[in-house]
Amino acid sequence: MTLNKHTRVVITGVGLTAPNGNNLKEFREALLGQKSGITEMEVRYMGRLAVGNCNFNEELYQKKKMRRRGTRAGSISIYCAHEALKDSGLSLESIDRERTGIYLGITEHGNVETENEIYELHQNNLDVSLWSHHHNPRTVANTPAGEVSLNLGITGPAYTIGAACAAGNIGIIHGMQMLQLGEVDLVLAGGVSECTGTFGIFAGFKSQGALGSHEDPTKACRPLDISRNGIVVAEGGAIFVLERLQDAEKRGAKIYGEIAGYYVNSDAVDFVLPDTQRQIQCMTAALKKAQISPRDVDIVNLHATGTVSGDENECEAVRTVFAESDRTYINCTKGFIGHAMGAAGALELAGNLPSFTDNKIHSCKHIENIDPKCALKNLVNGDPVEKEVNVILNNSFGMLGINSVLIVKKYIQ
Amino acid sequence: MDYNAVRQKIIDIIAEIAVDEDLSNIDDEVRLRDQLDLDSMDFLDIVMELKKRYKIEVPQEDYPKLATMKSCIEYLGPKFS
Repeated sequence: MTLNKHTRVVITGVGLTAPNGNNLKEFREALLGQKSGITEMEVRYMGRLAVGNCNFNEELYQKKKMRRRGTRAGSISIYCAHEALKDSGLSLESIDRERTGIYLGITEHGNVETENEIYELHQNNLDVSLWSHHHNPRTVANTPAGEVSLNLGITGPAYTIGAACAAGNIGIIHGMQMLQLGEVDLVLAGGVSECTGTFGIFAGFKSQGALGSHEDPTKACRPLDISRNGIVVAEGGAIFVLERLQDAEKRGAKIYGEIAGYYVNSDAVDFVLPDTQRQIQCMTAALKKAQISPRDVDIVNLHATGTVSGDENECEAVRTVFAESDRTYINCTKGFIGHAMGAAGALELAGNLPSFTDNKIHSCKHIENIDPKCALKNLVNGDPVEKEVNVILNNSFGMLGINSVLIVKKYIQ
Repeated sequence: MDYNAVRQKIIDIIAEIAVDEDLSNIDDEVRLRDQLDLDSMDFLDIVMELKKRYKIEVPQEDYPKLATMKSCIEYLGPKFS
């Protein structure tokens, strides 16, 4: 597709909640200031585990009754959607709600609610007649997006996109495509996760030998460090307001950046293990779509979850794609916040977006001794790097071999 | 169980479901839905709570009997005792 002002898509608003910040300013300051959001929490059946939980005010935009009826993922989404709209300078009164689309990436949805219901069932001596009538509306896969639609009265398309931990990027990509197709005129897109509410995800990673731990919980997620031992499960969300460039320019919107390129592909080899060659292919194809070379990229934000093989594979892929670029810096975010699953890609993009204006590249966290297999030139480890930033490439990969790469560039009038 | 005791049990259940509502001035003669922000899912929650807390079954055909506080008390009062 040849891009013009009708098909160029820009980011004009950001709403987020992360374990270390409840808006972009707080989140950015935490990343630049090396502030961790990882704490410890009692997880049902498992004891105290490192976790990334958010502390936004659920009642800021939602009635208590609707929170009780809905889900944590819905609540996170509603908070982020309101914050994003407010940040964009738009209001519910000023937008055409029929022509607004809500597209949210999710890794999974329904585990938390199902698990809680089964727990209650056992408390109730397996009396199925006490099974909640809320179970189905809480667990249908479109729930997080549907709750936003209900809360904001947005009557355009509202659904989720299941794409494991590549979902945050893919929510944004899908939103952009819907704008380019003319299906909608305004988009709220990103990713969300409520998964710290379910012991099953922690237990699954533990059984897989991929649950991060450390005597200091803030250090439990140590991507690229030689001693890394797995993932810290986190919740969160990031939702962006997306508009066609012509619409954003017409209303004089603040423009955070322009979506320049993307690519999504599949490994087709393993349920959980990543494939370096497909990751290389995904990054290369995204660069081609953006019509730029590796040397044009200022920041690569790694997916880097802190697992042994995941980090190793991705670093090899990035080393290959960016072999000829000495001006590309590499960072990763999960050492600060853990792995926010469906929200990860969207949150990590948000954390880097301010680089276009503050010209700083935030560091990785907790790399004390780099794994030689993860060694990358220009890896940011320590103080932020001061550098003019024009292009960010954001990696997000997920189980069942789904890969997503999103490239955002600075908007220049 | 007297009228006020039954009323209080019903208020306690509604308070848990209609968490945003002020329940201090409920008119017992007026339909609950006309004075509180209650919808059909809330009524299902009320029925579920009656079963969970007091093992009181309210069959679907009796749901209209939960329309006002007064009708609730008249219908549920004998079941509580």
